[in-house]
Amino acid sequence: MSAALVALVLGDDVSTDVIYPGRYMATVLPTETPQYAFADLGPFNARLKAGAVPAGGVVVAGKNFGCGSSREQAVSTLKGHELVIVAHSFGRIFLQNASNLGLRLVEAPGVSANEGDELAVGATEVVNLTSGRRFAIRPLPAARQAIIDAGGLIPYTRRRLLTPAVGG
Amino acid sequence: MGMTVVQRILARASGRSEVAVGDVVEPAVDLAMSHENAALVVNQFREIFRDTGLEPRPWDPSRIAIVFDHRVPAESPKTATNQKRVREFVAAQGITRFHDIRGDRGGICHQILPENGYVRPGAVVVGTDSHTTSHGALGAFAFGIGATEMASVWALGYAVNVEVPATIRVNVSGTMPPMVGPKDLILHLVGVLGAAGASFRVLEFHGDAIGAMPTSGRLTLCNMAVEAGATSGIVPADAETLRYLKEEAGVLEAVHPVVADADAAYERTVEVDVSALAPQVACPHTVDNVHPVGDVAGRHVDQIVIGSCTNGRLDDLAVAARILRGRKVSPATRMLVFPASGRIYQQALAAGYVADLMEAGAVVMNAGCGPCLGVHEGALGDGEVALSTTNRNFKGRMGNPASEVYLCSPAVAAASAVTGVITDPRPEGGR
Repeated sequence: MSAALVALVLGDDVSTDVIYPGRYMATVLPTETPQYAFADLGPFNARLKAGAVPAGGVVVAGKNFGCGSSREQAVSTLKGHELVIVAHSFGRIFLQNASNLGLRLVEAPGVSANEGDELAVGATEVVNLTSGRRFAIRPLPAARQAIIDAGGLIPYTRRRLLTPAVGG
Repeated sequence: MGMTVVQRILARASGRSEVAVGDVVEPAVDLAMSHENAALVVNQFREIFRDTGLEPRPWDPSRIAIVFDHRVPAESPKTATNQKRVREFVAAQGITRFHDIRGDRGGICHQILPENGYVRPGAVVVGTDSHTTSHGALGAFAFGIGATEMASVWALGYAVNVEVPATIRVNVSGTMPPMVGPKDLILHLVGVLGAAGASFRVLEFHGDAIGAMPTSGRLTLCNMAVEAGATSGIVPADAETLRYLKEEAGVLEAVHPVVADADAAYERTVEVDVSALAPQVACPHTVDNVHPVGDVAGRHVDQIVIGSCTNGRLDDLAVAARILRGRKVSPATRMLVFPASGRIYQQALAAGYVADLMEAGAVVMNAGCGPCLGVHEGALGDGEVALSTTNRNFKGRMGNPASEVYLCSPAVAAASAVTGVITDPRPEGGR
């Protein structure tokens, strides 16, 4: 269990419009989307672009993080900065996209933290080392975990194509 | 135990006699829809085939639909290049359900699919757009997915890893009062359920008010089911569905509705009586921040928008034209209208609605998503307020995080255009 710094704390219902504003949607390449992460949260975007948020930095949020649009840029932009999202719950399509692309999401109902807190994210619980509070992690459904374990949906699908008997 | 409509559809599509909530299935896909983000799907699709020795060909090009709508005509070289690359892919793969930037067969994907008869009751429809829920209006199970997941569908022909969702039954009774419509019903419902109230669940609509509602209104309902977090909304196919498919979508072959079992198990049931429903407005910056129009009446509006996959259909334009006929858009505001498809635009021209709206001072734009998602046109200035018939009011949604978006029906939008402030469209303000 390694400790990481909380880089940003947000509330409930953070939409994909906030994570990756629609006006940048013509940009699709995972190598290019990271520059627009939280573009409308100017100071945080500036810190990301300046490399001031180390890999493994944590964004803590309330319920329904990633609600709204199906845009996959909202995942690739966060993955590009190697952020970990710890939230009370996630929007369905965002959760699906994250496991397909390998962005680490941690569902920890009730989780609370302040910016600058140290969080230890383990397999079964999140410990806020600054406040001492502990929050149980709700595991992903097994079927979704299988895609993560395969390294994402692209290798998972490739394997299905090459061994069609598995699928269908 | 009986099955809901979506359970019936998923059982059929995954070759099983029954499925239970929580089962993981891999349903065959009947229709796979993308818009401009097909550019990313194409990238991911090629990536799947890399080093496999296999030719990257979709499983069935006849089941793929691609519709340009988010940025039409292109607003930038980048978009134009993405669209060009998609066109090349479409031509190379022989995809015929392709709707380019055209006045005859172009428009918003969530109107193009129904009006061309691509969506049938009982079908499994996936789309790289969260408002793919719309197509539940025709009794299909339709849900949004990401671009990589679509690439996987193009490769395999089925969706992997689909958990059978629980269903919330919504019984809608009563008769809509004048100037109250499907948009007010779904805004009210999103307000009651909350933005995550139906997460990972299906909203299945029933009741006499749904039976009496045309397919256009059902599309509005199912479109915004996702604003309560729902995987999909669905109206089980009925006589109106069959009428729409035959008369408006030109479907001539037999259609087989899929209905829920009488003893289907619902997670819960929500009852709504629309008889006393007031026009509703969703206030900034979440769709579940819903109030009766009276609570926000009088608020100044800088830009009125009528259109989108939610409310850009002919009856929406008819309501607006009726209210604005012989009147003027207030000089204190401006009004933009976006028909949902080229076909609807032409019908609105023939019916005189376009003339009514333009003579009143509205600007009637080409069919497409317009300013809804802040990527193309109709941007808001700092501190400005929009009143819009679209489906989202998230901070920054219309391209400027320093602006505000209120969501409403076409009737509220048109009545407010006349006054320049949020206005109750009912006679005597509903009193």
